[in-house]
Amino acid sequence: MGFLRLGMISFGGALPLSRRMLVEREGWLNGEEFAELLGLCQFLPGGNIINMSVAVGLRFRGPKGGLAALLGLITVPGIVVILLGVIYDRFRDDVYVQHLFAGLAAAASGLMIAMGVKVAKPLFRDKPAMAMACLSFVVIALARFPLLYGMVGLTLASASLVVWRRRK
Amino acid sequence: MIVVLATLFGIFAQLSVLAFGGGNTILPEMQRQVVSVHHWVTAADFNALFALSQAAPGPNLMVVTLLGWHIAGLPGLLASALGMFLPSYLITLIAMGLWERFKDRPWRAQVQAALVPVTAGLVVASAWLITKVAVSGFILGCIVAAAALVSLFAKRVHPLWILFGGAMVGLLTGLF
Repeated sequence: MGFLRLGMISFGGALPLSRRMLVEREGWLNGEEFAELLGLCQFLPGGNIINMSVAVGLRFRGPKGGLAALLGLITVPGIVVILLGVIYDRFRDDVYVQHLFAGLAAAASGLMIAMGVKVAKPLFRDKPAMAMACLSFVVIALARFPLLYGMVGLTLASASLVVWRRRK
Repeated sequence: MIVVLATLFGIFAQLSVLAFGGGNTILPEMQRQVVSVHHWVTAADFNALFALSQAAPGPNLMVVTLLGWHIAGLPGLLASALGMFLPSYLITLIAMGLWERFKDRPWRAQVQAALVPVTAGLVVASAWLITKVAVSGFILGCIVAAAALVSLFAKRVHPLWILFGGAMVGLLTGLF
């Protein structure tokens, strides 16, 4: 369990990195098993990488292993984030720091736009799916509906659309 | 204090269960809750904390712990983290056993197909909401556009460099 905890620390990051770590370096999973677990984690709610760490831990050491892997994944980033938070709280009234953060936040927005383009791109050819994506954008971003009701309604609508199109 | 902690736990536990398609889909609701409903942080602070969490190592959901810390210190951090990660843990625990049974059922593929456009809309909603706050001047608008273009077309540039570049340009505008 100790090695699991240690190992998870180093991959606290993007998904491709976790694949390299789990499959290629440590050999805990083969490519097929990784794809299988990833399929499960993408289906479940929550951060994919979070679920992945729990799933891998569970597979090897049961519930305790899952917990250890999760803690291993989030502890170090958690500490780093606190340090950054302390720094932010202390210096947020400094004019230069404000400019720095404004620039940082702008760059982060840009990255998020790029992410949005990437997830929306495969839908461009599929008009009904595109309409569904636009509808969820309007409901959540413009109408600012609570996500709980919005998500239930949108998913039901989208599921009916999927079922209806398959029947046709 | 207890009320704040319980509320933090409740908000993030709900978000955790709704986060189909990963962490980026719940950003709009997170912002709505902590900025518009509870007024714990300003929209600008939310953006800064989100950007900070992107620049730090670790899963992108770490913004949750950062918000918890900013709102209520260490207890807030623990309440938020517990709310965010405990449901994920339990759901994975339960689903691992059932997965073999339902992964090949037709309804699973249908649910997944239904979620794709919804989550895509939510990610774009996240981008819209944080961009709206981030662009408060011409230069910041240019940083947003440049960061998006570099990320899309220069795939070998690491995102951290983009964040670093944005921060440096921001700092320069403060100096002159």
